[in-house]
Amino acid sequence: MNPFTYERATTPADAAAAAMKTPGARFIAGGTNLLDLMKLGIESPMHLIDVNGLALDKIEPLQQGGLRIGALVRNTDLAADPRVRRDYGVLSRALLAGASGQLRNRATTAGNLLQRTRCPYFYDTAQPCNKRQPGSGCAALGGFSRQLAVIGGSNACIATHPSDMAVAMRVLDASVETVGANGSHRVIPIADFHRLPGNTPHIETVLERGELITAVTLPPPVGGTQLYRKVRDRASYAFALVSVAAILQRDGTGRVALGGVAHKPWRVDAADAELPHGPAAVAQRLLDGATPQPDNAFKVQLVRRTLAAVITQANGAKP
Amino acid sequence: MEDFSDIKLSRREFVMAGAASVSAAALPAGAASATARAPAVAPAALKPVASDVSFIVNGQPRSLTLDTRTTLLDALREHLHLSGTKKGCDHGQCGACTVIVDGRRLNSCLTLAVMHEGARITTVEGLGTPNNMHPMQVAFVKHDGYQCGYCTPGQICSAVAVLDEVRAGIPSHVTPDLNTRPHLSRGEIRERMSGNICRCGAYSNILDAITEVAGSQT
Repeated sequence: MNPFTYERATTPADAAAAAMKTPGARFIAGGTNLLDLMKLGIESPMHLIDVNGLALDKIEPLQQGGLRIGALVRNTDLAADPRVRRDYGVLSRALLAGASGQLRNRATTAGNLLQRTRCPYFYDTAQPCNKRQPGSGCAALGGFSRQLAVIGGSNACIATHPSDMAVAMRVLDASVETVGANGSHRVIPIADFHRLPGNTPHIETVLERGELITAVTLPPPVGGTQLYRKVRDRASYAFALVSVAAILQRDGTGRVALGGVAHKPWRVDAADAELPHGPAAVAQRLLDGATPQPDNAFKVQLVRRTLAAVITQANGAKP
Repeated sequence: MEDFSDIKLSRREFVMAGAASVSAAALPAGAASATARAPAVAPAALKPVASDVSFIVNGQPRSLTLDTRTTLLDALREHLHLSGTKKGCDHGQCGACTVIVDGRRLNSCLTLAVMHEGARITTVEGLGTPNNMHPMQVAFVKHDGYQCGYCTPGQICSAVAVLDEVRAGIPSHVTPDLNTRPHLSRGEIRERMSGNICRCGAYSNILDAITEVAGSQT
């Protein structure tokens, strides 16, 4: 690990300004992903801005309904919050399906959104990777791609976003609140927050230099049966091959989003509209234009079957 | 200011540094291995940076001046000589380094020591002693919840924290109903302990040990 200077930020605006003016600066909150990558030489910040003291660790009700989740709320606390368990069950379930108890105790809401891919070629510094070293190529194309994307990828990158939480946030239509280096605030719909890889897979979100996430907000509860089904190689503590976040209403309408298939949580409006017509129709819309690799073509079938299982479970759950 | 004379290279670190270059052996191991890997973003030639941190470890106030890169795990083992906490993978995958910080278990390898100013840290040494063992330690001995023992301190710290998490009503992936309090079943313990790997495969005995302690506490 390269040496770095370290400071504890006192306000969000100061943290953002410090990140803007200090070359090679990164924010650190839980650190569970960043430190791992620093040990491997994949991330080499010259300056760390510790944001843990920013008092962004509260979950507050919004006046118009909904919740405002502070950026530093730990995954454990978000999953265990009684309001989240009651009104946003898909979010609790997604969080509890991710990582281990130890990691959830440290990992933060904002950090979870910003975690980097687990593509094995991103981690292997002896291999080309456009995300790690722009312009070096993509060893995953034609490589071992079992875990990788089947849709939304490019000739430069087929990495997936590894988060479970973000898939639930996508199906809940969450918004990301930020403060910029000049002190300005903005609200970014989760649908627009993560980018597809295109020719710049190293740019993963729309955040600008210095911009700091301060909160994630959830709109008023939409009810329904809320499920998160994660299919993985182990029953616990493994990343998703495919995951489905679903909110299904009694009349057969609803929303679904997928994890493990793309560079960002994957949701297609036209697929939601197909829900009354069954899982095959929904899967077809969701994965329209999919370009799987030989190793991960199974994911197309797996999405269809996991959707079918989720819809069956929701029907069974109706009183 | 940059006096790290209390950093003593372990044999493992010495071998790692020596593999990079002979002259690098005088540097902390991480610096040498990171240089050898040629990171994507070329770093400026920063010298090691020192930072002060104070926290309470097993009830004792401790103040350290550390290289900012020092993980909590290395601070405990190499600087405070509390070698009960083990370094397994050093990447948050195995759980051998689990300690309890401000009442919550975490992977001490994936957090920097300087991030824990004022924290209360409990390691396996703080749970019990050979003459006065914690009930979880007694149960691990009774049920033979280990073979080589390397993962055991992490397993025990994790298990103690798991029972607290269930008492606090924190749900898990296998909790059937999110809106009722979780009940401590064998399935719950298995799921909650999945961040602690045991390569000897003592899982069934570890499960028996935790189940016994859980039963005696409820």
